[in-house]
Amino acid sequence: MIKAPLPRWADVVLLPLLNVVLAFLIGGLIVLSVGQNPLRAVQVMLYGAFGYGTGLGYTLYYTTDFIFAGLAVSLAMQAGLFNIGAEGQAYISGLGVIFIALAFNGLHWAFMFPLMIVAAALFGAAWAFIPGYLQAKRGSHIVITTILFNFIAISIMSYLIARVLKPAGLTSDESAPIDAASRVLQLKTFIPFFKTAPVNITFFLAVAALFGFYWLIWRTKFGFAVRALGFNPTAANYAGISNQKMIMIVMALSGALVAMVAVNNVGGVQGRLIMNFVGGAGYVGIAVAFMGKGHPVGVALAALLFGMLYQGGSELAFSMPGITREMIITIQALVILFTGAMGDMLRNPVARLFALASPPVAEKR
Amino acid sequence: MDFTDIINILAQTVRLSVPLIFACLAGLYSERAGIVDIGLEGKLLASAFAAAAVAAVTGSPWLGLLAGIGGALLFSAVHGLASINFKGNQTISGVALNFLAAGLTAYLGTSWFKRGGFTPQLSSGQRFGPIQLPYAAEMREVPIIGPIYSGLISGHSLLTYLAFLVVPLTAWVLFRTRFGLRLRAVGENPKAIDTAGISVTLLRYQALVITAVLVGIGGAYLSIAAGAGFNPNMAAGRGYIALAALIFAKWKPWPALLVCLMFGFLDSLQLRLQGIKFPFVGEIPVQAIQVLPYILTVILLAGFIGRAVAPKASGLPYTKER
Amino acid sequence: MADGLNQTSEQRSQGAAASPLAIELIGINKHFGPVHANRDIHLQVRRGTVHGIVGENGAGKSTLMSILYGFYTADSGEIRVNGSPHKITDSRHALALGIGMVHQHFMLVDNFTVLENVVLGAEDSPLLNRTYAKARDTLKRLADDYELEVDPDAIIENLSVGQQQRVEILKALYRGAEVLILDEPTGVLTPAEADHLFRILRTLREEGKTIILITHKLREIMAITDEVSVMRQGAMVKTLETKSTSPGELAELMVGRRVLLRVEKGPSNPGKVLLEVENLVVTDDFKVPRVKGVSFSVRAGEIVGIAGVAGNGQSELLESVSGMRDQQSGVVRLNGTPLSLEGDDGAARARAAGLAHVPEDRLREGLVTAFSEWENSILGYQDRYGRGLGLDIALAQKTAEDYIKKFDIRPPNKDLKTANFSGGNQQKIVLAREMERDPDVLIVGQPTRGVDIGAIEFIHNQIIKMRDAGKAILLVSVELDEIRSLSDRILVLFDGQIVGEADPATADETELGLLMTGAHSPTATSAGPGTLPAHQTPLERGLEQMSVRDNAGKDAP
Repeated sequence: MIKAPLPRWADVVLLPLLNVVLAFLIGGLIVLSVGQNPLRAVQVMLYGAFGYGTGLGYTLYYTTDFIFAGLAVSLAMQAGLFNIGAEGQAYISGLGVIFIALAFNGLHWAFMFPLMIVAAALFGAAWAFIPGYLQAKRGSHIVITTILFNFIAISIMSYLIARVLKPAGLTSDESAPIDAASRVLQLKTFIPFFKTAPVNITFFLAVAALFGFYWLIWRTKFGFAVRALGFNPTAANYAGISNQKMIMIVMALSGALVAMVAVNNVGGVQGRLIMNFVGGAGYVGIAVAFMGKGHPVGVALAALLFGMLYQGGSELAFSMPGITREMIITIQALVILFTGAMGDMLRNPVARLFALASPPVAEKR
Repeated sequence: MDFTDIINILAQTVRLSVPLIFACLAGLYSERAGIVDIGLEGKLLASAFAAAAVAAVTGSPWLGLLAGIGGALLFSAVHGLASINFKGNQTISGVALNFLAAGLTAYLGTSWFKRGGFTPQLSSGQRFGPIQLPYAAEMREVPIIGPIYSGLISGHSLLTYLAFLVVPLTAWVLFRTRFGLRLRAVGENPKAIDTAGISVTLLRYQALVITAVLVGIGGAYLSIAAGAGFNPNMAAGRGYIALAALIFAKWKPWPALLVCLMFGFLDSLQLRLQGIKFPFVGEIPVQAIQVLPYILTVILLAGFIGRAVAPKASGLPYTKER
Repeated sequence: MADGLNQTSEQRSQGAAASPLAIELIGINKHFGPVHANRDIHLQVRRGTVHGIVGENGAGKSTLMSILYGFYTADSGEIRVNGSPHKITDSRHALALGIGMVHQHFMLVDNFTVLENVVLGAEDSPLLNRTYAKARDTLKRLADDYELEVDPDAIIENLSVGQQQRVEILKALYRGAEVLILDEPTGVLTPAEADHLFRILRTLREEGKTIILITHKLREIMAITDEVSVMRQGAMVKTLETKSTSPGELAELMVGRRVLLRVEKGPSNPGKVLLEVENLVVTDDFKVPRVKGVSFSVRAGEIVGIAGVAGNGQSELLESVSGMRDQQSGVVRLNGTPLSLEGDDGAARARAAGLAHVPEDRLREGLVTAFSEWENSILGYQDRYGRGLGLDIALAQKTAEDYIKKFDIRPPNKDLKTANFSGGNQQKIVLAREMERDPDVLIVGQPTRGVDIGAIEFIHNQIIKMRDAGKAILLVSVELDEIRSLSDRILVLFDGQIVGEADPATADETELGLLMTGAHSPTATSAGPGTLPAHQTPLERGLEQMSVRDNAGKDAP
């Protein structure tokens, strides 16, 4: 099918932007339908997200999670895989963090931080590797297996946290705490502007990951192979790229990436392993990856947008109780729908506008 | 364990397999027509919510059923638009719609009913309760046949009986009618349909409508027949299990019924295992039991199937070639 | 139900006795976006004739016929069927007017039976029993009238390609077609099956049917058509009476300039054996053996051509030797050393050993169309650009620009997405990439498929150049002409085995054709040209061997 031609910037920026606006418009309609004022909601959200130190800090904290999840899903996407299991992979990675932290509890954070990263990455990679293996070697549909692994992760973690890791005498379901000295360094200790926000140095790791992702996908032989596989597995086979090996490696790397969410939360913010600490970040990552079209710049922007949504949403919970976290999930779903599945819906009208503005294209003969 | 226990387990198996049967057959129509529908889970949720909400507000389970089907139709319409008209990626559309259903049902549920996502409890008049077949009470004393008739065959809701009727109906439609022939053709080679002058789009939408109706009944069953209202996460992965069952059954109606019954059976066993103390191991943690159906599904997907071959045009948007 | 299907042939021809023209197209125009696919086409097809339409790929022939068949709607112009104008809105309408089409790529449902395929879309009622009964009768009648024998209960994927094509023809006739359009019908047939097809067409013509034959094969035009129309770049160039023209004239009209139809090549000077294949057995994705013990060798400075109809194991042979597909058994040796090609990265090792591969299907196998031109120029060789993890992009781009110059790839833009290049230029990208690596052995599949005549010359000359530079070349093509003009030695592949060898200088085409149908093979059962018995499956389909594809058995509840 010949797609209507669009200048590259319109393809990469304008169309996704329009799709997002559309998602928000519909979200706004839903908000209206339950009797709330969407414009005031937006106002409150913007203030909550950027208007003051703690708010901005929270926004950046959420953004950190979403960058990692978004990059993880993007990496899989580049290889033509849909990793819906980011949520479960991040959850399981919490085990890695807490095990290493409790084993060396008290160790200075400068040494603990890299240890946490490695431990979390190992657990996340393992949890993602299994569905990857099943897809590569057994042909099991990775979407279904990763979703099922999310469910399985919930059961496993629920059991481990409540029955194994919970110290005797504690009523709430959580693990023993990590020593204050070992926790990931929070930014507020040297940037007082952030007051009580939990944003920590994992944020810098996320930014570094963005650059690293770009380099990996577009500047290495591995990235070349990943992209070839994603576009045309048969041609990749022809080119001597092992589809099976690549699928497994990519999934493992994807799991390792999203595992950093565990470092951020278990190692930094909560300082112990609690139930459901991922809080939906894995699913947001899917939206972020699609909005960002699998490209680090897009992922960064989309992650910031959702960070703003989450923090703004918390602010809204105080001022406008009618709008809840579920509304955010709804908007998230709409974003995935419009940017991912109906991405070309607005293409023709937009292309027509461009055609009116520019000279006719020469025939290809 | 005596005969009565067995009857009870079997009856429970039947009850637990009903939503799976509906979801599985729903997926069968879509997949046979060449549309991948990962969104069964979301549709189950949406229709369960719609059915419970309307039943609570109007007091009529029939209106609730209609609402359930309506909710599923709405989601199917969006999926159809995305997959057929906009030729988008069907997997993503399904996943997005699942999230949308989860978010919307929770949001609207809390907004409308203010019970943290639950709909009001339904009284027996507002649900599809068990139907006693004629002479069920009298037959109970008859040896062997009696308990089977009164315990296993009688006493199910209307929707349950419907589920078991839909299976032979589907087999008949698929293989003995013109519509079924064309449906199967469009999933294998849509060009063959197009060049015969039949609209591929129309056929696929028709399949989606049937899917919606079936899965809508399945979702309604969850909240207004099996249960007495909607609770968040009501679907609990059944939509995905139904998909796995469909693949395992190689997209055929009678094997699908068997696989769904098997899952129902395991579900029924699982409920009985909770709280029982085994020698050596002690009590099995509830999470371990809850996780069994999911692990089993993974094993199914990985193990016994090898590479099941889907209808050839599955998941591919149809475009007239240049 | 539309009128056409209830009229008999006599009624229709009587009603139209006034017009000698079965089909007339007046001023047909069609655009696809900026591309002007059909420009002001005028065409007259006389009733009861075989009318050929010839032109290069992309000349617009298929588009034109698709408009006639209702698949597309023309932007402007008029269609007259039997003298009266009609607006043909869809295929049903075309069929109602008596126009039927046999497509190049069959529009059949593989796991349905012949009967189910024939009635699909032409069922009489919502329930199928009556339809099937009536269809069986009609099929029998058609088989008797036109030599179109097929078993109604056979499953399509078990039939030979020639039989499948007959089902396509039956579909059109079942719906009462008076005008039959055939789009590149012989691309997948052996010479013998093609002869049988032509006999069927002649019989149809004698019965008063009109046939429109779209083809790029000039010899077929000369053999069977009464009139021929030449298209070039969307326009109708000329319509001629076949008996007063020649292939040379037609080729010139197709391209617009004098065209060399034979390749110039000197004698070969074969050196030592570079490629050796011994007892190769290869199965396909469904574990069905497709290559059943093939052995041959290729020397330096020699072109070995493998002739055969598509589907006899060529694809699996190429995929296996190049490392894309695992072997069941057998050895492949390069320069005397056995290659280890297992695993799905076998192709990398094949390349490292000095084997280059121009695949049969460049879009599916040889290119990533979403990549830019320079990225495709290093596809398969990406590990040679840069040390360690990093990719040396500057070097890769320089390589690409080299190739663009040497092979005259147009447009000369290394950053352009490969999807935007024409078929011929895409093939040049692949050829440049594989040939310029200085491989010892080059294996080439269907090198000029979908490539226009001008580029064909260039590609053939490049292959000869490689041969003269001392490379060993294995050529696989379903175009017998191409094999005969390029090869130094011809091997015939039938049903996964080499059934014969020939010298192109002295080879007899009939003899080759017989070999290609397995007439001389010990496993063949066919009596002679054109009489393939109804149940014969020249390709061993694995019904006995359990194919996981359960649908391969009859699709039943």
